[in-house]
Amino acid sequence: MSRLDLNTVSRWIAPGSSVLDLGCGDGAFLARLRDEQAVVGTGVEIDPDNIIAAVGKGLDVIQEDINDGLHGFSHRGYDVVVLAHALQELTHPHLALKRMVDIGEEAIVSFPNFGHWVCRFYLGFRGQMPVSRAMPLNWYDTPNIHFCTVKDFIALCSDLHIDIVEAATVAPLGQRWLARWWPNLFATSAVYRIRRAAC
Amino acid sequence: MSRSFPDNSVGLVKPQRVDFEQPIRLINGQELAQHSLVYETYGELNADRSNAVLICHALSGTHHAAGYHSHEDERPGWWDLVIGPGKPIDTRRLFVVSSNNLGCCDGSTGPNTLNPATGQCWGGSFPQPQVKDWVASQRRLADFLGIERWAAVIGGSLGGMQALQWTIDHPDRVAHCVAMAAAPGLTAQNIAFNEIARHAILSDPDWHDGDYLTQGTLPARGVALARMVGHLTYMSADGMSDRFGRELRAGSFDPESDSEWVFQVESYLRHQGSRFSTQFDANTYVLMTRALDLFDLAAGASDLTSALSTAKAQFLLISFSSDWRFPPSRSVEIRDALLAAGKRVTYANIETDDGHDAFLLANDHYERLLYQWMQRVGPQ
Repeated sequence: MSRLDLNTVSRWIAPGSSVLDLGCGDGAFLARLRDEQAVVGTGVEIDPDNIIAAVGKGLDVIQEDINDGLHGFSHRGYDVVVLAHALQELTHPHLALKRMVDIGEEAIVSFPNFGHWVCRFYLGFRGQMPVSRAMPLNWYDTPNIHFCTVKDFIALCSDLHIDIVEAATVAPLGQRWLARWWPNLFATSAVYRIRRAAC
Repeated sequence: MSRSFPDNSVGLVKPQRVDFEQPIRLINGQELAQHSLVYETYGELNADRSNAVLICHALSGTHHAAGYHSHEDERPGWWDLVIGPGKPIDTRRLFVVSSNNLGCCDGSTGPNTLNPATGQCWGGSFPQPQVKDWVASQRRLADFLGIERWAAVIGGSLGGMQALQWTIDHPDRVAHCVAMAAAPGLTAQNIAFNEIARHAILSDPDWHDGDYLTQGTLPARGVALARMVGHLTYMSADGMSDRFGRELRAGSFDPESDSEWVFQVESYLRHQGSRFSTQFDANTYVLMTRALDLFDLAAGASDLTSALSTAKAQFLLISFSSDWRFPPSRSVEIRDALLAAGKRVTYANIETDDGHDAFLLANDHYERLLYQWMQRVGPQ
C-alpha cells in the first residue's frame, strides 16, 4: 500500500472499530486494517472483479453503487465510514457525505486537491485541464467528475453542518511543511476526519 | 454406452435413505407417525465433523445434486456446476449432504409413498409441508449423521429460502449460509404464477383429487402446462431472444406456406413440459408451490430484521440481474435486514441474461465469487 493518504486514514481508526469502506477496491486496505488493527470491516464496491478479490481476502463486501444513496446502511451502523480517493468520482458528493456522517459515528474522507499549485499552473498558464502523474486522465474520459479544492471541501462541510475533527495533508517530501501551512496550494491530497455537527 | 467422468466430478454416487420413527408434527398441526428422507453425500466427513455442508434444493429439485447414478447417465446432478473436487463447493475439503425434502417424489416420504395408516398411496391426502417443516426434518438428518453444526447451509431459489430459515430456526447449528436468487416471501405476482400452475394440474381430468395413482392415471397434461408456465418465469426475455429468437423449428415463413408452424421456443417449452410431466409427481408440484406461497422469513417476528437478529451465521447473498421471479431487489431486502441486524453479509448481483435459472448455469463471476467466499467455510 503506497498511497500516503491511507496511512493517515489507518492512524485515525481505533483498533477494533467497525469500518465501512466505500469503494473498497480489491480490499487490500480493509484487509490491512483487519490484520493490523483488528478492525471489523465491510466493503462497498461496484466492480465484480474487485468484489471477488476482496471476498478472496476473507472480507465481507456489499455490491452497491454509492450513488444510489447507501439506503441499506442504518444510522450509526459503523464506528467509521471511509471514502478514500473516491469523492471526486461520485455523482452527488454532498449527498454521499451526508449519508456517511449518518451511517458512521465518524467519517474519513480523502481526495486529491485540485487547488494544488501544479493544477493552478496548468490551468492558469496552459489554459487546459491538468493532466499529471497523479491525475493522468483527460477531462472527457475520466471517472473523476467532481474535483474540488481543500477550500471547497471545507466550505461544503460547513454548508452540510459537518464538523471537521481533524485534517491532514499529503505532499512530496520537501513540501510537507508548506502543505501544512498552506494546504490549498501545496497539498496533493487531503484527508479529513469529520462528523455530524451536534445540534 | 459406458464412459468416464470428468476429473472434477464426484463420479458415481448412490442415494441413501434414513427412516425416522419419531413422529413429526408439521406447522399445520398434522402429524406424520414416521417419515423417510433420501439424501446423497459427496466427500468425506472429517474427524471432528466440522466440514459438513447442507444443500437445499429448489422447487422441482431432488437429492441428486452432483455426480452420476450410473455410467449411462447423460446428465449429472442438478448442481454439478458448483459441487465437486476443485469446484466452489469443494468435495476435497467439504462433506456435502444433499437431501430430498419431505413431501417430494424421489423417495422421501411424500404423496407418492404409502400411508401406513391406510396401506394406500397418500395421494391428495398428504399433509401440506412448509419450509420450517423441511428444516425440522433436515435437523433430524443432521442428528442422524452426527453433525452438530453445519459449516454451511446452501441453496438457490426455494432452497435459498430454506437455508435462510435454517439460520433462524437453529442459529447454533449453522456457521455460514448461502442464499441465491431467493426472497423473504412471495409477491402477489409470484403466487399468481404458482396458482396458474396449480390450476393447470387441478383442472386436468386425470387429476382425480390427487388420487390419480390409485386410479392408474397421471395428470400429465396439467403438469406439463404447469411446468411450461413455471419454466417461462425462470428465463429472461433477453435470454429467450438470444436463444430462440423467432426461429422456426418446423414450417416456413413463406407466405404461400400453410404448414404447421412450430417456433423453437414452442418446441423447447413443449419438450420441458412433457419431460417433466412423466418425471415429477403432480401432488408434489402442488405442495411445493404452496409451500413457496406460504413461506415468510419474517413469520412470527415484528419484521425481517428482528426475525434474523438471532441468526449466528455469516451470510452470502447472490442475486442475478435478469431474474424477474426473485429479482435483485428481493435479495437486497434480505441483505438490508441482515445489515440492520448487525450480521456479517456479503452481497453480489451477478450480471447475466440467464434469469432465475442463472444459479444453475455456468458464469465466470458467479462461480469465482462462490469459490472465493467458500474458502472461509469449514476447517481453516
